[in-house]
Amino acid sequence: MSPLTILIFLPMVVGGVFLIIPRMKDQTVKVLALLTGLVAFLLSGWIYLNYDLAQGGYQFVQKSPWLPALGISYHVGVDGMSAPLVLLTGIVIFTGVLISWNMPRIREFFGLLFILATGVFGVFASLDLFTLFFFYEIAVFPMYLLIVIWGWKKTREYAGMKLTLYLFVGSVLALVGALAMVFQAKAQLGYLTFDLLELEKVAFPVAFQKLWFPVVFFGFAVLGGIFPVHNWSPDGHVAAPTAVSMFHAGVLMKLGAFAALRLGIMMMPEGAKFHLPWIILLTLVNVVYGAFIASVQQDFKYVIGFSSVSHMGLVLMGFATLNYYGFLGAGIQMFSHGVMTALFFAVVGMVYDRAHTRHIPSLGGFIKKLPWAAVAFIIGGLTSMGMPGFSGFIAEFPIFMGVWKYEPWIAIVAVISIVVTASYILRVAWRVFFGELREEFQDVPGLLVYDKVALAVLCAFLIGIGWFPKMMTPWVHVGTEYVLQLLK
Amino acid sequence: MSLPLSDLQALLPELALLVLMGLVMLLDLLWHPRRKLGVWTALGLVAVLALSLALAQPSGSQVVWGGILRHDGYSFVFRMLFLVGALVTALLAMDVPHLGDKGAFYLLLLTSTLGMMLMAMANNLIMVFLAVETASIPLYVMAGFYPKDRASAEAGFKYMLFGALASAVLVYGMTLLYGLAGATDFAGVVAGLQQATWPVWMTVAVLLLVLAGFAFKVAAVPFHFWAPDVYTGAPTPIAAYLSTASKAAGFAVLVRFLLAALPGSTLPWWGAFLAAMAAATMTVGNFLALAQRNLKRLLAYSSIAHAGYILIGVVAASHLGVTAAVFYLVVYLLTNLVAFGVVVALESAGGTSEIRSLAGLYKRSPLLALFLMTAFLSLAGVPPFSGFVAKVWVFTAAVEAGLIWLAIVGVLNAIVGLYYYLIVLKVAYVYDAPEEEMHRPVRVPRVQAAALGVLSVLIVVMGLVFAPWFAWGEWAARTLMGG
Repeated sequence: MSPLTILIFLPMVVGGVFLIIPRMKDQTVKVLALLTGLVAFLLSGWIYLNYDLAQGGYQFVQKSPWLPALGISYHVGVDGMSAPLVLLTGIVIFTGVLISWNMPRIREFFGLLFILATGVFGVFASLDLFTLFFFYEIAVFPMYLLIVIWGWKKTREYAGMKLTLYLFVGSVLALVGALAMVFQAKAQLGYLTFDLLELEKVAFPVAFQKLWFPVVFFGFAVLGGIFPVHNWSPDGHVAAPTAVSMFHAGVLMKLGAFAALRLGIMMMPEGAKFHLPWIILLTLVNVVYGAFIASVQQDFKYVIGFSSVSHMGLVLMGFATLNYYGFLGAGIQMFSHGVMTALFFAVVGMVYDRAHTRHIPSLGGFIKKLPWAAVAFIIGGLTSMGMPGFSGFIAEFPIFMGVWKYEPWIAIVAVISIVVTASYILRVAWRVFFGELREEFQDVPGLLVYDKVALAVLCAFLIGIGWFPKMMTPWVHVGTEYVLQLLK
Repeated sequence: MSLPLSDLQALLPELALLVLMGLVMLLDLLWHPRRKLGVWTALGLVAVLALSLALAQPSGSQVVWGGILRHDGYSFVFRMLFLVGALVTALLAMDVPHLGDKGAFYLLLLTSTLGMMLMAMANNLIMVFLAVETASIPLYVMAGFYPKDRASAEAGFKYMLFGALASAVLVYGMTLLYGLAGATDFAGVVAGLQQATWPVWMTVAVLLLVLAGFAFKVAAVPFHFWAPDVYTGAPTPIAAYLSTASKAAGFAVLVRFLLAALPGSTLPWWGAFLAAMAAATMTVGNFLALAQRNLKRLLAYSSIAHAGYILIGVVAASHLGVTAAVFYLVVYLLTNLVAFGVVVALESAGGTSEIRSLAGLYKRSPLLALFLMTAFLSLAGVPPFSGFVAKVWVFTAAVEAGLIWLAIVGVLNAIVGLYYYLIVLKVAYVYDAPEEEMHRPVRVPRVQAAALGVLSVLIVVMGLVFAPWFAWGEWAARTLMGG
């Protein structure tokens, strides 16, 4: 059994146990959850580090027949593109457990969160169409319940349903597209297979690709937050409880981008070449418009929510260039943005739990009470602005290079977002953490040790990659080469 | 007419069921075991199941009883399914007052099951009609089992009226079919229709009459009007049985008749007509379910919608289509039994079947809430529950048959479905009941809890390890369609 399989199913098994034993004590749940989170983190790290760069391709592969009659197998493995994302999921699940220490109904909370984690790990590792959809849809119901049960009372029911429906609509339409691919491949190969590695080799007719590429690409790009179907994301992120926001913005949006790459661009390169030139304009709207909208928000969490729309736009824009630098940057950006957003949402959650408001003008001076959170927010902020020395720079620089190579004016317009980002991050950091601490916040409690550990872990990755790009670029390089080879 | 030994073996499940009926009757008369009769009936059904699986598995397709019945993989899978349905229904009903303590109820249940088993085997128009009536008449009585309860009486009466009308249409269609084709056995009908000397629209019109009769049984649009009222009024375990085994029986005979007897491709408009029916059934069922406040009504409309999904497999009219339809029916039967089982438990704990009485369930009975979640998510088609794979196979069959528009209608419907299933789960998991109720746990009797638990586990297992069950469906499809 591949360690990848253990990593995928471990959270679901633990989560399932939590759900079916109603009498489990909270303390037991917390200890088990922390252990599981830690194991998942370490195991994902181990897989990442043991990925053999010289060999490349898919590793830690496991292929077991699932339904041979239809050519479906449980087929998983990681390549240079997905290995960082598996690691990212490990990081976010671990830190997510750490910062959820005092949730109500914690047994169900961790139960659902872990099932969600299984879905995410599974998608990143899937090498079979059915396996991929299976894990993708597993994420649907825990997501919904996590938001409506523990979310922000005011909008949780609306936002939870909106998010769930958006994602479900996208994915089921993509499913029809995927089935169309399978049968088209059957006509060409002579047998039925859901195996992605075999489907990759099938040269689908160009007309077929032109027809189905947008369906599959958009089906998943919805979850990647592409304009104009991005609107679930800020609402969803704001309504969700902290750990779920971290998961959402940090990991799930990458799920969408990754699947759009895997099933859209990699399977139907001709369709991609035909459609991406107009899709890149949509991502440009994402990048610039997202940043502007973020800069006018009064709600701390909405700022971060819209900044995710802007940053994820960069990921999709990188893909849309279809060149080496674009893919390389987008691959790193997925990881970098994941860690950064998780950090942001963790900080927002910590402030909100104490202040009980997220209205930016009503906050202030929190550096006195939560110095760790303030420092972490600034580190995240610098990453977000693409400052050298932080992972954001390593990610965004190649993206802009790729976009420049593709079409200079798009790069020039997109760069506006960096300026806007800098302005709103500085404004928010100033208004929330500096200035005068208001009277009612004088005796808010400080952070728990768990919170500090979580922040430290997240910051370590942002700075680490900023200073030592070798920690990540070789992996993404290998992954990018593989993608480019399919595009030829 | 003498019965050869192989016929006896083929009919072993039915014969064993007859013996069980006799035993149940005797037990009831001699010993008055009250609610324990449910346990005995269930145990008896387990024995019938075990015996059938051990001794009566068909090899190939065997014609029984002078050709009016067919003992093949297809009928066998369905017959086992009906037995499971009856088994769970008996367990769900045993603690329901004025129902589970009545011997008559169990007898009616078993009689109806016998009729369904014959429906799955029927190979002759006359046998179809007899089997349908054997299955239906006990159901009319069961739906109106509480004569003093207005809703139940209305349900029984309404079901009977609609049912009688459907039977009349069915028998009318069959008579005309016999008139045209000159035979009553399926093979003869096909042969007769192929040498048609009359205009083709006549064949289509006659077949539509027959189809209407079956569509009533499976509650497909536009013959679905009875379902919501009957499900709501009937005692809940009966509603469970109606929505699962009875629907599956309708599909069993419908699929055999439409696919084995009538290769649809030879008829113009026929495929398009069925496809339209599937699309309408899904859409109407799902959209009307959105507005429901009562759980039983919601499940009624949802069961209409599911009939539509299953029809997709029938429309595809392929190997994969039939396999998918059979797989879907198996999953659907297990899942809907759990869904109704939760309502039974809720009602016996003093609640109503209104959706809002689910509030606070997560605390009042975490286990029941978990069963509800399993069932509803499986109905919604979300993995790791088996409803997901069932839906995927059906849509796969549609795409394979080139019916991409139907697959798209299907997936869009799945979204509507997801919406209302999640709303119900939200009530159970998010909302709190009034303070005094919140601290009163909902107790589920042990037998029902065990039954629902086993089914829930099965729902998950089938969603993860689906190859063996798929193989059953494939076996059914192969023996039905050849190849």
